[in-house]
Amino acid sequence: MPNKTFFWFFLPTGLAMILFIGLPIISTGIQSFYAQHDQVVKEVKKCDPFGCTVSIVVDNEETTKIRDAKPLGKFNGFGTYIDRNHLAVDEIKKFWNETESFGAFVDQVTNLPFYKALIFTLTYCLFVTPNVLLLGFIIALSLNAVARKIRGPLIFGTILPMIVTPLVGSLVLFWMIDSQGIIGANIQNLMNDPYLSLKSSKTLTWITIIIYGIWHHSPFAFVVFYAALQTVPQEPIEAAIIDGASRLQRIKHIVLPHIYPVVTFVALISLMDNFRVFEPIIGFSAEGSAQSLSWLIYDNLVNEEVILFGSAAATSMMTIIGIAILLAPVLIRTWKEFKTAR
Amino acid sequence: MRKILVSLLFLLFGTSAYADCNIKSGSINILANDFPALRTFVETSKQCKGSADFKVTHSSEHNKIAVPALTANPSEFSARIAANSSIVPLMNQDLIRPLDDLVKKYGKGIQDSQLITIDGKVMAVAFMANTQHLYYREDILKDMGIAVPTTYEEVVAASEKIRASGKMKYPYAAAYKAGWNLAEEFVNMFIGHGGEFFKAGSAQPNINNAKGVATLNMLKKLSELSNPDYLTHDSEAIKVEWESGNVALMTLWASRSGTLLDDEGDAKITAATKLTGPATVGGGNIPAATLWWDGFTLAKNRSDADAEATFRALAHAASNKKMVADAADQAVWLVEGFVPGPKSIGVIEAVKMGAKPYPMLPQMGLMHGALGSEIVEFLQGKESAEQALKDVEAAYISKAKEQGFL
Repeated sequence: MPNKTFFWFFLPTGLAMILFIGLPIISTGIQSFYAQHDQVVKEVKKCDPFGCTVSIVVDNEETTKIRDAKPLGKFNGFGTYIDRNHLAVDEIKKFWNETESFGAFVDQVTNLPFYKALIFTLTYCLFVTPNVLLLGFIIALSLNAVARKIRGPLIFGTILPMIVTPLVGSLVLFWMIDSQGIIGANIQNLMNDPYLSLKSSKTLTWITIIIYGIWHHSPFAFVVFYAALQTVPQEPIEAAIIDGASRLQRIKHIVLPHIYPVVTFVALISLMDNFRVFEPIIGFSAEGSAQSLSWLIYDNLVNEEVILFGSAAATSMMTIIGIAILLAPVLIRTWKEFKTAR
Repeated sequence: MRKILVSLLFLLFGTSAYADCNIKSGSINILANDFPALRTFVETSKQCKGSADFKVTHSSEHNKIAVPALTANPSEFSARIAANSSIVPLMNQDLIRPLDDLVKKYGKGIQDSQLITIDGKVMAVAFMANTQHLYYREDILKDMGIAVPTTYEEVVAASEKIRASGKMKYPYAAAYKAGWNLAEEFVNMFIGHGGEFFKAGSAQPNINNAKGVATLNMLKKLSELSNPDYLTHDSEAIKVEWESGNVALMTLWASRSGTLLDDEGDAKITAATKLTGPATVGGGNIPAATLWWDGFTLAKNRSDADAEATFRALAHAASNKKMVADAADQAVWLVEGFVPGPKSIGVIEAVKMGAKPYPMLPQMGLMHGALGSEIVEFLQGKESAEQALKDVEAAYISKAKEQGFL
């Protein structure tokens, strides 16, 4: 496609992307450098049905004046980024100097909200993505080998987890693992421990969410792989069979190299999706044991009665940077291949 | 003939003229939490709408939409049913209007005690009170020869005895869901220990002390006597636990007693469900509970005509003797003419015992948020009480700095 045609072809999409993705990201970025003005408070008498007390309120007249002068707030630079609820630079320095062993240092750092969330997010990504690829590939291969007659219904059944709304899917599992649910109660019986709860143990909650993630995302990988498998040419496979190659050898040397670009694509998309893990945490009410970066943003925006725009913006920016870092190796590789192909 | 017709019409519509408060114009749009008493309240105010537009949004997610919806100009809602805690963000952002003029003009039946005044200005009109208090299973306690507990130490002892007897595995329940609910339980218990959340006259936190540690230890003891899934249980979940007969002692909101004692569910459990005041803790004499009011506020960013229409409709409900008589079961109404029934025991006892109201401070929401997420690891046994309290203070300080309170 000539460059000019491509430009006109891409223009509408590009404009929409700038308008609905680019500009909001820039605005979020700007917001992350600002904090609220210093609150002007005053002591007043408050009376309610239970009696009167003297206590403080925000002085609205003064606050309005300051706000009108500087509507964005107080410039804070990277202040929000390095405070305790984010990168916690000062705290980490302190822990490094104060703790005696490296283990104790790690303990202290992973107790900070941002790192706690980052560790869960990365663990989730690292376990879910490869398993989704593997499971999706195995399902695609097996379905490809099944008789054509029953393939349709089987494919439908396989993509069901993707059709079910994430929240509903996680709620179903949530009730099943309840200490009185079918899975929870049976595990208690098996382990002979009436106080065992999948929901209260951190490790078990993580495992549950990861298994749910694999279950939910595999169909996507399967669909893409299955489509790619249809394009694998039959001749080399037949030749390989005549040469006496086993099924595994055929997959390794013919099928996989052929669908390799698709594998990269699925890996990219899953990594991105998994880094933004959010719904299962809400669905499993797992806020206590598992927090992800997306959940931190949500928490700053809605869980508090006071909305923390600066905090939420800073976490959002760092999530974007995180995704960029994760994707970098794959992107660089694709770029190199693209160049050699030319 | 015409005369007869006119008088007939009068007879027909005369009765409803009592309910119609003669509002000629304006539009009314109310945002409220979702529980039976609030539905009754809003329905009552609807009778008075006259020819005004009337809309209402009942949502348990009301806290999440209130500030953005009222910040818009004109704001989405003309009124917001708020409580001690949820009025604070509205005050902080200057989103609600003083009601003095309207109270003078249209607030005839409203009692002075219903008015929430801040700095001499009426900012809200309260109509019901709420608190968390103890519920107990009379049959179980009687069988085991246990007296009705009045302190949390007795609650622990009673629960341990019930567990030891093998009758119930998890005899105690409270809404310990990580987040807002768990933080609320900490607030109650901390106040019961005589704690103050902030150093006098400042926004500096003041919870990392002996009272904070005692509070956490009590919460932990109680959590060990609860269903192991307690960190995922909100008020609704423990209500279900109670109705399934799994629990003998429970701390729950007074406003939930209505649905707990209705005809649905096992009649035997309902009959044995009894209410008592909130418990004290650590030898203190004020209950480990906070008093709450629910009241209405009017949006600032809305026309005066809408505010007037909304006030008249809501004031009609907030002074309605018929409503409080008909719905005496649903809430502890602060409206004149309310005769407390057996379901109001919890709140009335709490007031008698000198319970404190939930602190109405501008920075309290940040403290509440920090508590909800930072004390979880202590309850899971992964952290010491001191470390958890240190974390709460540190998380709070970062947030308070960003918000300009420190």
